[in-house]
This record gives sequence, structure tokens and C-alpha cells, in this order.
Amino acid sequence: MIAWILFHLFVFPGMLFTGVLGLLVGWLDRKVSAWFQFRVGPPLFQNFNDFFKLLGKETIIVKSAVKSVFVVAPLAAFAVLTLIATIIGLALFYNEGFAGDMFVVMYLTMTFSVMVILGGSSTGNVYSSIGAGREMKLLLADELAFILVFLVPIVKSGYQVQFDQILAYQQNAGAIIGSPSGIIAFIVGILCIQAKMTLAPFHIPEAETELVDGPFMEYSGPLLAFWKLDHYMMYVIFPFLLVLLFLGGFNLTGIGILWSVLKYVGIVVVMIIIKNTNPRIRIDTALNFFWKYASPLAFIGVILAVLGV
Amino acid sequence: MGWYNKRLAKSLWVFHISGSPCNNCDIEILDLLTPRYDVERLGIKLVGSIRHADVLLVTGIFNQKIAPKIKKIYEQAPKPIFVVAVGTCVSSGCCFKESYNRVEKREEVIPIDMYVPGCPPKPESMIEAVAKLLGVLNG
Ligand code: SF4
Repeated sequence: MIAWILFHLFVFPGMLFTGVLGLLVGWLDRKVSAWFQFRVGPPLFQNFNDFFKLLGKETIIVKSAVKSVFVVAPLAAFAVLTLIATIIGLALFYNEGFAGDMFVVMYLTMTFSVMVILGGSSTGNVYSSIGAGREMKLLLADELAFILVFLVPIVKSGYQVQFDQILAYQQNAGAIIGSPSGIIAFIVGILCIQAKMTLAPFHIPEAETELVDGPFMEYSGPLLAFWKLDHYMMYVIFPFLLVLLFLGGFNLTGIGILWSVLKYVGIVVVMIIIKNTNPRIRIDTALNFFWKYASPLAFIGVILAVLGV
Repeated sequence: MGWYNKRLAKSLWVFHISGSPCNNCDIEILDLLTPRYDVERLGIKLVGSIRHADVLLVTGIFNQKIAPKIKKIYEQAPKPIFVVAVGTCVSSGCCFKESYNRVEKREEVIPIDMYVPGCPPKPESMIEAVAKLLGVLNG
């Protein structure tokens, strides 16, 4: 039993699987972005090279930093993402869930942002602090819409808050994206994910041109490697979450494998296209966008779902 | 360290300092990073923070005022770090060699690993220099 739990946590849906798949999908992101700019793009194992290179470099712990927080934040963020990946992966691949696992995932995604804020503000660098502040504002902006997006599958499946029961509902009644409320929630969901992952147009906290990587500016060596890995792991976690909530999960038999891969890659490619065709927006525009347009839209989706549409 | 050096050779992140050049070398460096030359296919990436860098590109004659700052930036970088000097300015002073505020010996400010001559060097010759650096790293 214990061995099985450890296996899930460290190998299959958890750390190793998500990490490796995340680095590969990160390559897809860089390659497609390169095609957008008429370039060739990096080789397949580029992200692995980057990761191992960073592991071997010197770690500088900044003099002005709060040392414990500075060191713990990236590792805790990594642990949090591993946990989310395990919970989502168990539901997707083994049909296993526990009461309230949805709420756990909601809380943990928020915890990740909190870790970014802690890590950024612990360095004592001005740019990092501004980046951490912006991350906080972005969290305030997208959190409401993100939770409303979760509500639609909950309502649709007859008020189930367990991933495996939502999957079971979708197996009987068809994927939730097939209904109008499902489509609305899915679109808002993709936008929220874009903000959660701080991809363009919401890469406001990182803002390479003015904040030089924001919260991660003072990190070097292995600690930076973990931040990079965290970022690429989210390329696995959030699309999986959307597949789970709206597209009816994966079917790993026969032709279903191709279909599953298409679902996942489709979501990732949509994210990359949004990333490459939009410039960065200001933080107030982001707040406006989420509070004035995205959240009400998601709310309409929830009302539609309650009405049974 | 052979395995690690190979990883390092495939992922060089570059940080760019301009130490009082005439600014032409910096423009050529920016040219190098445009889609036309696409150095990302060699794993080279421009980073904004010195803490993430593996290669330091320096240009210019290092005047008295900027030399201490260049030294400070070099000390802030995580090791191993390679310094590539772009332009004749760094190696010989070029047209500023009699300037009153230049630093006499630039290699005493920071240890320079590689010079790319030219006023300014073409992006192709910078790529050649980087390829030589990769050759050294790959053994
Ligand atoms: S080497 Fe020539 S082009 Fe480059 S900074 Fe010096 S004077 Fe300018």
C-alpha cells in the first residue's frame, strides 16, 4: 500500500511523469513559438539540457534575502505541483478520487501562487518585490473566475465534488463541453489558466523587458532549475484539469489513445497560439478583464448550468 | 565533468553588458539575437538577470566609471561563467585607445576568456566564436 502510494507520488502520475512530460511539452511551446517567428527553434531535449545545466551551477543566496523562505519557496512550490499532478493523474488514469479532491486542487493551485509571492518578496530586491506584488494582484484577478469555472461541472454532474464522479457522469451523459454552459466555462477556463501560468498576455509578474523575470530574478542554480521545472509542470497539470472537467477524461484503449493525445495537445496548442498572438497587458487591464468580463461570463455559465442548459 | 560540460555547451544563457562602447557592437549583438540568425537552435538564450547567465558578453573600452560596476556584475554571476569580449574596443581600444578615461588593461578588471575582433564584428563571426567556445566545452 505504502509502496503503491509512493509509486503514484514519485513515478507515474506524480513527479517523474509530470516532470518529463512537462519538459517535453515545454519544448513544443518553444518550437511552435519559433515557427510563429519564422525560426527553426531549439532541439528536442533543450529543456532537459537547461534543467541539468542549472542543477550544476552555483547557488547564490542573496545577502539581503530571508534565507529560509528564499530556499524553501521553490521546493515547496515543486511539492505542491507534484501533489496536484498526483491527484489529477489518479482521477484521470485510475478513476480514483476522494471526497472533496476538487477543493484540495483549488487550494493547492492558490498555494503555488502564494509560494511565488513568498519567494519573490523574500529576496529583498526591488524588481522581485514588484513582481511578487503583481503576482498577488493577478491572483486576485483570476481566482474568482477560476472557481466559477469549477462550479459548472459540479452543477452539471448533479452537485458532485469528486473528480471520479464527474468523469463517471461524463461517461454516461457525454462530455460537459457539449453543452452551452460547458463551452462558456471552458473558454473562461483557458483564459484563467493562461493567467495562472503567467503566459502572455498575462505574463505581468515576469515581464522580461521591465522586471527581468520578476520574482525569479535573484534565483540561480538549482533553485532556479526548480522554478523552471515548476513552470513546465503546469503545462501538464492545467490542460489535464480541463480534459478532466470538460472533455470527459482519457480513454486509453485502442483508437482512444490517439483521441486522448489530440485532446491534450489541442488545449496546449490553443494556449501557445494565445501566448504568441497577444502582447502583454497592464495589471489594471487584467483586473478589469477578469472582474468585468471573464467572471460575469463564467457566472452566466453557472446560471445556465443550474437551469440545466 | 564531461557529461556536465556537454549539457552546459547545449544551453548557454547570455547576459549582455555594454561597458562604454560606441554602441555599434551592441546593435550587432541584437542582430545576432533576431530570428534571422536564430541562436535558440544552439540553445543560446538572452536572459535579463545576471544570476541566470552562463556567458557574459562585454563590449567597449570600460571607462573609469563603469569598470567597478562591470567587476561587481561579474562577481554577482553564478560560476562557471564565461566572458566573451565583443569588438576590437575590448582587445585593443580601437579608435578610443587614446581616450583619457579608458581603463588601461581591461583583462585586469575581469578575466576575459575569448575575444571576437571586428569593428563591429559580424553576427556570423560571433556565432563562430560561440561555436569555438562550444568546441572547448565539448573537449
Ligand atoms: S569595436 Fe568598433 S563598433 Fe565595437 S564598440 Fe568599439 S568602436 Fe564601436
